[in-house]
Amino acid sequence: MSTKTITIREALREAIFEEMERDPTVFLFGEEVGEYNGAYKISEGLLDQFGPRRVIDTPISESGFTGLAVGAAMVGLRPIVEFMSFNFSLVAMDQIVSNASKMHYMSGGMFNVPMVMRGCNGSAAQVSSQHSHCMESIFSYIPGLHVISPSSAKDHKGLLKSAIRDDNPVIFLENELLYSLPGEVPSDEFTIPIGVAEIKKEGTDVTVIAHSRMVEFVKVALPALSEMGIDIELLDPRTLKPLDIETIVRSVKKTNRVVIVEEGWRFCGIGSEIADQIYSACFDYLDSPVVRVTSTENPMPYAKNLEVATLPSPEKIIEAIKSVTYRN
Amino acid sequence: MKKSSPKKDPVVHLPEFVTGSALSFPILKILKEDGTLYKDAVLPLIDREKALKIYDTFLFLRIFDERMLAAQRQGRISFFMTSTGEEATHVGSAAALQDDDMVMAQYREPGPLYFRGFTTANFMNQLFSNEQDLGKGRQMPVHYGSKKLNYMTISSPLATQIPQSVGYAYAQKIEGSQSCTLCFFGEGAASEGDFHAAMNMATLFEVPLIFFCRNNHYAISTPSEQQFAADGIAPRGVGYGMKTIRIDGNDVLAVMKATEEARKLAVEKNEPILIEAMTYRLGAHSTSDDPSGYRSRKEENRWKKSDPVLRMKKWLLAQEWWSEKEDQEAMDTKREEVRNEMQKAEKIPVSELSSLVTDVYDKPPWHLQEQLAELEQHIRRYPKEYPKSSWRFKND
Ligand SMILES: Cc1ncc(C[n+]2csc(CCOP(=O)(O)OP(=O)(O)O)c2C)c(N)n1
Ligand SMILES: [Mg+2]
Repeated sequence: MSTKTITIREALREAIFEEMERDPTVFLFGEEVGEYNGAYKISEGLLDQFGPRRVIDTPISESGFTGLAVGAAMVGLRPIVEFMSFNFSLVAMDQIVSNASKMHYMSGGMFNVPMVMRGCNGSAAQVSSQHSHCMESIFSYIPGLHVISPSSAKDHKGLLKSAIRDDNPVIFLENELLYSLPGEVPSDEFTIPIGVAEIKKEGTDVTVIAHSRMVEFVKVALPALSEMGIDIELLDPRTLKPLDIETIVRSVKKTNRVVIVEEGWRFCGIGSEIADQIYSACFDYLDSPVVRVTSTENPMPYAKNLEVATLPSPEKIIEAIKSVTYRN
Repeated sequence: MKKSSPKKDPVVHLPEFVTGSALSFPILKILKEDGTLYKDAVLPLIDREKALKIYDTFLFLRIFDERMLAAQRQGRISFFMTSTGEEATHVGSAAALQDDDMVMAQYREPGPLYFRGFTTANFMNQLFSNEQDLGKGRQMPVHYGSKKLNYMTISSPLATQIPQSVGYAYAQKIEGSQSCTLCFFGEGAASEGDFHAAMNMATLFEVPLIFFCRNNHYAISTPSEQQFAADGIAPRGVGYGMKTIRIDGNDVLAVMKATEEARKLAVEKNEPILIEAMTYRLGAHSTSDDPSGYRSRKEENRWKKSDPVLRMKKWLLAQEWWSEKEDQEAMDTKREEVRNEMQKAEKIPVSELSSLVTDVYDKPPWHLQEQLAELEQHIRRYPKEYPKSSWRFKND
């Protein structure tokens, strides 16, 4: 199979491009997605290619255009809503949580909402508390939503294509600091199924579960870990809901030790759920309690030193791995 | 609550659609571009001292914007937003308020702060997020705030300050404070639902509030023709039952006059007012934006001709309240001050680690104290990875 190297930004653009070409019901809505090519240039060239009827610049009305997309989806269009950042999806919470996610159920299956809501999630370079929210656990909590948060170019492309084809509302969480990261993707058309984790690196000693940008943080820690003679297995769930607990359990049964890394806060974080499912499924296989690496539970401060201190870091991940292997 | 007087609508027997086309908004102008006054125009309350204080704020803002843009390009601060071209909107309105009137701003309105005594050092400490920043280094650059100066700390999500301003004004009314709230927002932010809810509640609850829309024709790259199909923001005020006025936002005297009259209605009669000030953002949206891709030099140059600062200067010179020599001296002094204060702020250390967990709640709860203690231990083990935090801890 031939491959090519593209950035995550290009991977997202290719996914949207290919799906819009394949299916005339796919539309893109959002603030500045058309003429400006998107705040982060994900939609570059799409307006030229597909015209203003399918690539739509909206007013600054997140609740309004999310509701518009819910309505259009119920008729049979497949809208992709871009949030300039997922922080602004908070304005549209009622449309997402009380409407998009529940319409299929509440209408007895008569109306479904096949839409994708995508944009960057988590912190970026010093954007402070109101622009740094990690939304994965908030959305994963809601029945009716699929939640995807990939880490590589290939996963972004393959999963976004699946998300667009999915008949459920899908939350697709990207990360601004990953957009320029290159990676190999198949040259030919491909998709990646929703709900399937991937082992990014096989290992025997500790299962390290991480998604999105945290996968890169774990990779930075690898040389130091191998110097200590610790061989980790790096597992990226890729889809948070539905969670591929089977792959996780298989890995835990092999390594008997788990570290879960997430950028969000500790209390009710996505890692709490993953840890709970691990305890229920394979408690007897664990040689140590699950250890979690998260942000400290303060709003993200702007000052660089405080931001760095708040977030997980490769060093914090190394310490957690040492602790489950009793190397401290 | 408002008791609406019974109003008799005429009855018709054929369908008649009301188009609103009869509604047109005159635009208030007092000061011409050449620095002379329009015939019949009535000045706001202004004397030499007040005029020079406004102009002094203008000069500060121009030099500050220019210098901090350069500092951002040099990598000394991470982000900045200018208000160049729109100074008359926020300084002129501040000059027509009382100092204990509340200002709830969007982000492009630093003028009232300087006008009320926020020092150059206050601005710099915020931009450099050092430990002397009033916000303790927690907010992005230009998100200033000062309780003492009645200026609410800027919040990034658009339009959230608009309903809050209704609440602030409501409390002012309940407390019988004889002051009002002025709420700034852009024409783009007015597309949020919060704007509409706020307008409705303001007239319903009869609060002493001035809604001040800076219609600078752009929301980042989106021109106002793509933000709304209607005639600007002003008709919305009328729709919510509010007295509304449209003004030349680059005419500082018109801004003052409109705000002065609005303040009277707000404070004396609890009537909320909408002011739509027509202006233009001469610079980029922020340091992350480049406007050359979405608007023409020609358009920018057209607006430069109605520069509010230059216009006021011409007026001051014509009245002999100010001279070219004084102008040059004042600019030099301000440049010097901005340079010095920037250098000082850059050297002040950033907040120490323990400030991470203060103010999350009224007191740091046990779980945050525990997380801080763990973090401290971790940083002591890896001091090189955390150079700006590891050199001092509270309990050392
Ligand atoms: C809820 C929300 N959506 C989007 C943004 C991103 N954003 C920041 S400023 C801006 C444009 C606002 O334009 P306008 O209100 O006209 O003010 P101006 O910048 O022109 O002064 C946008 C879209 C935001 N901060 N908050
Ligand atoms: Mg604007």
